[in-house]
Amino acid sequence: MIEIIVMAALWLIVIALSLGVARRSFPLLHESAKSGATEFIYLVPRMAIGMLGSGFIAAALPNDTVAYWLGSSSGISGIGLAMVAGAMTPGGPVVGFAIAAAALKGGAGAPQIIAYTTAWALYAFPRLLTYELPMMPARVVWLRVLASIPLPFIAAWLAMLIGKP
Amino acid sequence: MDPAAPSPRRRRRGPIDWPTAILIVLVVTAAVYVLWRDGSARFLEVIGEDSSLFLWMMPNVLAGCLIAALVTVLLPRDTVVRWVGKEAGFKGILISAGVGIIVPGGPYTIYPIAAAFLGMGADAAAVITLITSWTTIGLSRSLVWELPFLGFDFVLWRWVGALPLGVLAGLIVRAIERHWRMKAKP
Repeated sequence: MIEIIVMAALWLIVIALSLGVARRSFPLLHESAKSGATEFIYLVPRMAIGMLGSGFIAAALPNDTVAYWLGSSSGISGIGLAMVAGAMTPGGPVVGFAIAAAALKGGAGAPQIIAYTTAWALYAFPRLLTYELPMMPARVVWLRVLASIPLPFIAAWLAMLIGKP
Repeated sequence: MDPAAPSPRRRRRGPIDWPTAILIVLVVTAAVYVLWRDGSARFLEVIGEDSSLFLWMMPNVLAGCLIAALVTVLLPRDTVVRWVGKEAGFKGILISAGVGIIVPGGPYTIYPIAAAFLGMGADAAAVITLITSWTTIGLSRSLVWELPFLGFDFVLWRWVGALPLGVLAGLIVRAIERHWRMKAKP
């Protein structure tokens, strides 16, 4: 259900933008549609590899071990480990949250889980390879990776500062 | 638009680039491991699940690419430069962080848009803020995917803690760039 809403919203945006461009000129609309389609064709094989691959990487990941290592007693080193685990977890919308939920149920510490989901959101190495590097200038990607290193720690620390509701 | 002029978004691309090559190696390794550990039934199950997910995503990916292409045409270049260009400073970073919260869709929408903005003269720090804010506190992702798994209390708590991350990433990028410039001219 929610997938259909997202898809409908995206295509409504496409239609609205197309109307905006068409009001200016039709050749311009044709030109930008062609440019968007070219980008799409370039992405499709990469996405096919990336998404099939994410499934296998997720299946190969030892979820119980990940959950175990994120235990609440693991402290700062646990947060560091959570970062590495998060970065290695494949992208896609659910894998990271599913592991985080399992780990929370299994008694993992909240700061570790926050560091884990943040690192996953920031890095998700397979997503980086599937989407980001093919589409963005490499210099900007590495700048982003570099600038993101302290962020999982800061997120965990801030969450602790606020205190769990 | 002059068709002979090189589009700012498109770089020279071979049929296969090294990120894709690394990905293929990773995927083949994981696939062989799953086949060896869990047998062919589980192997086929993974392929089936991911193929249907892949087919479901296709229309969204096309929509994302079209949105980026159309936005490039519609948004005047000087507006982008004025809002999120180098000169926009901290304001540009704040605007990007806000935009990142509301951009819908997945990586298939944010990266084309980010690349288009870069091509139109947006500042690298602002674009990185956009991506960081989208991945860490993007509403569509939190509401659709995170909430069912982790529950409202946890999500809200994490969300508030992550709120400044996008802006921080932008400021760190600025600091790194300044450092590099200082080193470049002794």
